[in-house]
Formats: sequence, C-alpha cells, structure tokens
Amino acid sequence: MPEPGLTLENVIIRRDGHVLVEISDNVAPGEVLTVMGPSGSGKSTLLSYVIGTLDTTFSAQGRVVLNGADITDLPPEARHVGILFQDELLFPHLSVGQNLAFGLHASVKGRPERMRRIESALEDIGLAGFADRDPDTLSGGQKARVALMRMLLSAPKALLLDEPFSRLDTERRDQIRTLVFEQARAKGLPVLLVTHDTADADAAGGRVHRLD
Amino acid sequence: MSTSCDPATRRAKLLPWAPVLTLAVMVGPVVAGVLGTLAPAFGYLPALGGDNFGLAAFRMLFEWPGVFRASVLSVTTGVAATVLSLLVVVLICASWSGTRAFQIIERMLSPLLSIPHAAAAFGLAFLIAPSGWISRATSPWLTGWERPPDILILQDPFGLSLIAGLVVKEVPFLLLMTLAALNQIRTAQARDTALALGYAPVTAWIKTVFPRVYAQIRLPVFAVLAFSMTVVDVSLILGPTTPPTLAVQILKWMNDPDLNMRFLASAAAVWQLGLVIGTLILWRLAERLMAGLGRNWVISGGRGGATGLFRGVSLGAAALSAGAIFFGLLGLSVWSFAGFWSFPDLLPAAFSTKTWMRHMMNLWPIVTETLVIACAATMVALVLTLACLEAEERHGLRPSTKALWLLYVPLIVPQIAFLTGLQTLAIFTGIDGNRIAVIVVHVIFVLPYVFLSLADPFRNWDARYGHVARALGAGCDGVLWRVRLPMLLRPILIASAVGFAVSIGQFLPTLLAGAGRVQTLTTEAVALASGGDRRVISVYALSQTALALLPFALALLLPAIVWRNRRGLRHA
Repeated sequence: MPEPGLTLENVIIRRDGHVLVEISDNVAPGEVLTVMGPSGSGKSTLLSYVIGTLDTTFSAQGRVVLNGADITDLPPEARHVGILFQDELLFPHLSVGQNLAFGLHASVKGRPERMRRIESALEDIGLAGFADRDPDTLSGGQKARVALMRMLLSAPKALLLDEPFSRLDTERRDQIRTLVFEQARAKGLPVLLVTHDTADADAAGGRVHRLD
Repeated sequence: MSTSCDPATRRAKLLPWAPVLTLAVMVGPVVAGVLGTLAPAFGYLPALGGDNFGLAAFRMLFEWPGVFRASVLSVTTGVAATVLSLLVVVLICASWSGTRAFQIIERMLSPLLSIPHAAAAFGLAFLIAPSGWISRATSPWLTGWERPPDILILQDPFGLSLIAGLVVKEVPFLLLMTLAALNQIRTAQARDTALALGYAPVTAWIKTVFPRVYAQIRLPVFAVLAFSMTVVDVSLILGPTTPPTLAVQILKWMNDPDLNMRFLASAAAVWQLGLVIGTLILWRLAERLMAGLGRNWVISGGRGGATGLFRGVSLGAAALSAGAIFFGLLGLSVWSFAGFWSFPDLLPAAFSTKTWMRHMMNLWPIVTETLVIACAATMVALVLTLACLEAEERHGLRPSTKALWLLYVPLIVPQIAFLTGLQTLAIFTGIDGNRIAVIVVHVIFVLPYVFLSLADPFRNWDARYGHVARALGAGCDGVLWRVRLPMLLRPILIASAVGFAVSIGQFLPTLLAGAGRVQTLTTEAVALASGGDRRVISVYALSQTALALLPFALALLLPAIVWRNRRGLRHA
C-alpha cells in the first residue's frame, strides 16, 4: 500500500558536484512540512525540483512520489503540484477573472459554468465583483488571495509555498497564512513550506526540516 | 534556463534547429557572396569565359587612375566618421548619464535611428548646399551673397560632407548600443564611488565606466567603421565624384553593360574587403595603444574638471547632430511643398501641393512594393528570432559570446564585398531580379537588428511566470503563446519596427538583388539624386521617412491601447 501524501525519497540536489539539499521525508495529506534555512541554502531549489522546473545547472537524484504515483519524470504541467511564490505573479496581461480562469481546471467545461465557478471563487476570498479588475490595481493582500485561489482552482494534489507571506505586512500576513493553511487542511493537501521566518514555521505547526 | 517540454509535438522537434537555420539564413549568403566575389576577382567565371586563375583583374584595377584616391577616401571618411561618432557618444554619456537630460536623449533615439540614411543625407544636403538653408539664412546680410556661391560644399573632394552625413546617423546607433551596454553592467555605483573620491563626473565616467562599456560596444563600433568605409547611398548623395569613394565606383562597374567589367568590379570588391580588414586590424592596435595610455592616465590620479565645458560641448554636439536630421527633414518638407523659391529667400514665395499631386500616382506602386518587402523580411526575421530565443529557453541552446560575432557578420562584412558576388551568382543561376530575392537579402540585414533588440527583453522576462503557468497545467507552448508573448507585446513590436526601418533603408541590397528591376522608395530616391530636382527628391525622401517612422508610432500606440487597463504592462 503506497503512502498517501507527498514523498521525497532520498532526494539529493547538487551544484558543481557539491551537495546543496539532502532530504528524505513524507508529508501526509493536510500536514505541513516546513523547510528552514538561510538564503542560498537551496530552499527554493528544492521546490523547483518538486514542481519540475529545476535549472540545468543543478543535478538531482531521488524520487518524488505523490499519492503513490512517481511524478519525478513528468513535465511540470502533468504533476498537479501547485506553488505560491513570495511575489504573487498574477499575469499582468490578464484581468483578475482571466487569471483565475487560467488556473481553473480544464475539466470544468462550458463558458457559463466556468464563469460561475470563478465568480463563486472570488466570493470565497471576499473579492466578489473583482473579475474584470486589472490585477495591478489590487492591494498586496488582495493579490495574495487571488494567487492562492488561482492555484487552488487548478485542483492541485500538493501545495508548495516559497516564502509566500514575507512581503505582506504583519496584519495581512496572519490573515493570509491562516487562510492558506485552512484551505490546505480542508482539501487534505500535503504542504511543503520553505521560509526563513520562524513565525511561519510556528503558525504552520508541523515538523521542521533544517537546511544549512 | 531550460526545463522539460513535451517532446512529442512536431514543433518541439523542429525548434532545436532554429539557431542553425537562422545562422544559415544570415551568414550563408554572406559566405556565398564573398566566394562569388573572390572567384571572378581571380579570373574564374566560366559563364563569361573566365576559367583560368590570374591577377589580370587586379592589374586593371591598379591601372585605373582613381584607385589610390578612392581607396584613401574610403579609409579617411570611414575612420573619421567612426572616431567622431564615438567621441560624441562618449562625451554625451560621460557628461550626462544619470541626469534628467539623459532620459530625454534616450527617448529621442529610436525615431532618430529609424530615419533612413538616404533621407537624412538629402536633408543634410539641402541644409549645407551653397543654396541651402544655412546659406539662405545668412545671406546676404552676413555673407554678402546675392546668388548661391560657386563653392563645392556638397560632394567636396575630401568627403567632409559625407563624413558629416555619416556622423549624424551613426551617433544615434552607437548611443543606443552604449545604453544597452550600460544597462547590462550597472555602472552608477562605480561612477558614484569615483565621485566620492573627488573625481569630476566626466573623468569619473571615462576612467571607471568607459573601459567596460567599450568592451561591450566593440562589435557595434566595428560595424560602424566597416559601414562608413563602404557606404554607397550616402556617398552617392554627399560623397565626392571624381573619383568617388571605392564602393560607389564598384557599383558603377557592376552596372556597366559590358559584362567583362564584372571581373574588375569583383577585384575592386576584394580590394575593398582587404581595406576594411586592414583598417579593423589597425583600429584594434590603436585600441591597445589607447588602453595603455588610458592606464597611465588612470594611475596618475588626476581628478579632472571642466565639467561645465564638457557638458556644453557634448550637448552642442548632440544638438548639432539631432538638429541636422530634424532641420533636414523640415527642409525636405518645405521643398516638397515649395512653389517658386528664389535665393536668398528663407521661405518659398508660395506653397503648393503640386509636386505631391503629380507624383502620387507614381509613388503608390513603389510604396506598396517597399511595404511588402519590409513586412515579409521583418516577419521572417521575427519568427526566426523568437524561435531561436525559445529554443535557447527550452533546450538550453544559449549562444556563447563568440557566437555573438556571427550576428555581426552581415554588419561588418561590407555589403559591396559580398552582394557583388551574390549578384554574380544570382545572375548565372537565374534567381536575381525578383521580389523574393530582395526579401531574402533584406532578411540578412534585418535579422541582426531584430535579434539584438528583442534578445534582452525576452531573456530578462521573469521565468517564474512560466513556472506558475506550468504548475497551473499549461504546457511549454501554452506558456509561450498565452503568457510570454502577450507580456512581451511591446518589445516585440519595437523590434519589428526596428527591423521594418532597416528594410526600408536598404539601398545596395535592393539594387543588386533586384537587379535594378525592383523599385523601392530608397532606390528611387537615391536614383533621383543626380537629377537634382529638389522638390521630387523631397517627396520621395519624406515618403521613405514616413514609412520608416510609422511602425514606431504603432509600436508605441498599440500596447497603450491593448493594455490600457493593465497598469503592470504600461512600462514593460
């Protein structure tokens, strides 16, 4: 019986022959594993390995297994692993609604149904009626919520967070953090969080893996 | 950066070939052309009965009485134009970089750059001719001239007006390349450090920034030198006539109805190529010498000064060179609408649309031909450039610094040296003289400019947008078409506008590849030069300029309309 959740099997990432990241762990559905380390310790490199966009200057060995399926050799778009970066990276040429539509899984068919899903998704994050807005006119907290919702609409099976809260002010940070972890738990998603902020780790409440 | 893409699609299999194909399209004709010049130069051209190698053609060349003067002119005008342009650019950057005035200069560059050489040369000619605007503005109160003086200003035997015509067009080009280099190496810190050490701004810039910038703009400088030594259209308008510069003389021999003159033309083209290579080598040696002198100057610790003087001089030089183009175009406009205009009146006695009306019907098919060629050449160049850049992204086929040299091959190998051979080849394979041949040859020159102007924006695009899109389920093609290209709309349009302007301005390639049968605004305008009808020349030169500027206007306007509600892309 394969282990549910996100499993990193003996993952070693090297650059120029020198080991940058070494990790072997399982993140159960709904659980948060926090990876901590100073900048340059390869935290973000680990995430790009998991989503499948590792730069060719790195070499990696090991396997990534998601709910029992080996996804190591799949292209990023076939892995169903969602990621949130420190910057929201909303596509600047698309409206807020179009950004969500970009994420919304293709199994939702028909324009009216997709529009309905997007409208209700906007309601869920307190942004009803924002569909036609230019993403650049949103506040930092609003952008973060749209980015989160865009990713959730793509129906990911795991969640990667690359210091997604560090750009928000203290008040918003707690709010968004709570929202993200609640959603992940509600959907039973394994979460891999990388951060250098101990408050993030405390809020996540799960196990902590340190890189150095 | 390279990430895995689904290799199952056919395009993904073709894409890795893009760089090779691009090089073949760009460098292949240059190599073929040089060979096609070399063979007849040494007597080998079976179609004309030349099948034994020998130096007869070179003997003929060196028996031509003008050969020494024409060769010297090529070197002096080329070197003088390059030195002056570089000097102006260095002074402008050293005195003004980091100031508000510099931003204004930056904004004026693209339009100045896109104005065709021929139009700028005509404008300048109408300013400085004995009956030109400058002479009119100062007569008779200052000069005492009641009629145009009988002095040789245009087409002077030393090529001074030719040098002036080259400098006004090469300054914007070198300045743009320098700005690109400055953006790459982040120079403000070095200069500010020197300022804090008590160096005057100009000295600080030249001592700390210039050496690194020069290493980056060496290839563009070489391109300017090679171009200035061998230019044909500007030389036909502003250059000396007895003898003309070598490149112009080669064209005359090429156009000679006696096909045997092709041996002579080819030998002269090889000689011209040799002159360019020799001058480039000397320039390289001079660089070493200057570097040595510069090191001593840096070690001397002199703090410099006279900032005000440098700022004044450089601003004056920049204003003069931009003003020459601006007032030149204004002069062309006045002439195109001029009725009777006697010397020394500053303006015509009457204005009329007669000249425009009379030439409208002739102009139309030529404008269409020019547009079709420019559109086709730009599209081909754009597709190849995007394919190369995307191949670099997907397959890690990033060109090395050495490969960048290849991009400059069509800009450094003189047009006259390889187009001569290319035409000889084309005649005997029967593919010359049609529109397709002209488009193919235009692509050679449009490609480097499109690539150079699009490469940085394409590579600097934040790859994390792509990672997010892929994590959301988009494939490589989806990322390209749905995210990357729309976000890069503005730089893509600007690169297209640059390519378009380059195509519009091509004279020699159009003339030789079209065998004189494909008429564009540039070939027609330059052909009118010898006739000397200023009103008609103005109509053609202005149409040419308008056509080159139009895409720039679109490139600025279109993104502003399409992305009017997208603040994040307003300055992208």
